[in-house]
Amino acid sequence: MYTSLQQFFTTGFLAAALLIAAPSYADQPEHDHGHPVQEQINEAEHQIEQNLEKHEEEFNIGQMIMHHIADSHEWEFTHGVVLPLPVILYSEDRGLEVFSSSNFHNDHHAYNGYHLVHGDSEKIVPEDSSREIIDISITKNVASMILSAIILILIFTSIGSAYQKNKGKAPKGFQSAMEVVILFIRDDVVKPNIGPNYEKYLPYMLTLFFFILVNNILGLLPGAANVTGNIAVTMTLAVITFIIVHLNANKHYYKHLVSPTGVPGALLPVMIPVEIVGVFMKPFSLMVRLFANMTAGHIILLSLFGLIFIFQSFMIAPVISLFALFLNLIEIMVAFIQAFIFTLLSSMYIGSAIEEHSHADHGH
Amino acid sequence: MSLLTPNPGLIFWMLVVFLLVVFILAKFAWKPIINGLKERENEIQGALDLAEKTRAEMAQLKADNQKMIAEANAVRDSILKDAKEAADRTIAASKEKAALEGQRMLDAARETIRNEQQLAVKQIRNEVATLSIDIAEKVLNRELKDKAAQQSLVAELANTASLN
Repeated sequence: MYTSLQQFFTTGFLAAALLIAAPSYADQPEHDHGHPVQEQINEAEHQIEQNLEKHEEEFNIGQMIMHHIADSHEWEFTHGVVLPLPVILYSEDRGLEVFSSSNFHNDHHAYNGYHLVHGDSEKIVPEDSSREIIDISITKNVASMILSAIILILIFTSIGSAYQKNKGKAPKGFQSAMEVVILFIRDDVVKPNIGPNYEKYLPYMLTLFFFILVNNILGLLPGAANVTGNIAVTMTLAVITFIIVHLNANKHYYKHLVSPTGVPGALLPVMIPVEIVGVFMKPFSLMVRLFANMTAGHIILLSLFGLIFIFQSFMIAPVISLFALFLNLIEIMVAFIQAFIFTLLSSMYIGSAIEEHSHADHGH
Repeated sequence: MSLLTPNPGLIFWMLVVFLLVVFILAKFAWKPIINGLKERENEIQGALDLAEKTRAEMAQLKADNQKMIAEANAVRDSILKDAKEAADRTIAASKEKAALEGQRMLDAARETIRNEQQLAVKQIRNEVATLSIDIAEKVLNRELKDKAAQQSLVAELANTASLN
């Protein structure tokens, strides 16, 4: 990264100097071309312009952003510092294949009959297009997810043992710090929304909240993966919530789908599809909300940093850095808010499905 | 767009990792944490309830004490009153009895005195009679020794008596 940065800045300087100097040359009439010194200067100018154009082509902000928010088969912390991750492929003819992603570091990005395609995101395709493969590699996102899982397990099992050790005593240290959050989730998110049978769902809700939170925050670190900004991750979470809801939903919930209360019979052909779309809309909104929020945050931050490379100016860089700092703080807030929202809406979703309907309708 | 296409491999790992995290945390973290929190809340609630109960008991006890003190005071007052009355009665009775006894003793003394007096008077009378008789005897004896005088006296007495 350093060498390319230097290149950017030197080119930037030259470009700035050129831009200041350019008008005087632009005034020169065409017939001056014959002058040898002038020609030399013009040639140099032309070269610089070409150089600049080449660099502008090289720094494609869209590509840079996509590269940062997409998944990858290796973990690039910064330019040149790369942690190769295991590639795990399953195909019917070859069975399970495990090899390091560093094997793709060659001119053709090919290894053992597989080709690593760099597009918006990376994809491993077999060179023999008739073969079908299932790619279950430990990608950057999976590695980051495992890291956050280890962090979560270490933190909360230690807190759990602290509760057993300090039985009957006041909580202390990290235990009391986490207790505030756990109590908040239990008393202000899960309990009021799920209702009296909340305890069954509390472990899932707590895990959900902390898993999203830790992944959101880890995702904000430079060089980290964008786990919760990946649609596969949010989809899995939404689908798990969806399954929990529909395994535990009571008969009122299902009855409400086929015969919504207070709807005249003539409207049923319209209302039933609407209700059924609503069922799938809820997990879909959960999925998109988290994905879009986290991805949008990353895109904004990366765009800001990208602006520095586009403007290539020392005047702009500090301003943009300040702006990026401000947005980073907002992103930390968003990390908490989105984890909270996902848990809150999942609770409401479960709560509405297991609610005992003693009253007729409550206007939705 | 690849950003919106979920990657099956990632879904697989996400399911595995997330469900593992849920089960491990549920068993080794949330269970002790939730139980610990619940226990502590129950303990606090229990302590608060106990304090409330104790306070009520204390108030009850205080009221009981007050009542007992009032009762004791009433009993003491009545006992004192009774005792005073009894004492008064006893004193009155004693006084009466003493008066009566005094009267009786006075009467007895008076009787004795009278008896003694009568006895003494009787004795004195006897003494006086004896003495008188003795004196009379002596006088008579002396008088009667002088025969001549006697005769003259008798004569004289006889003369006077005959004259009368």
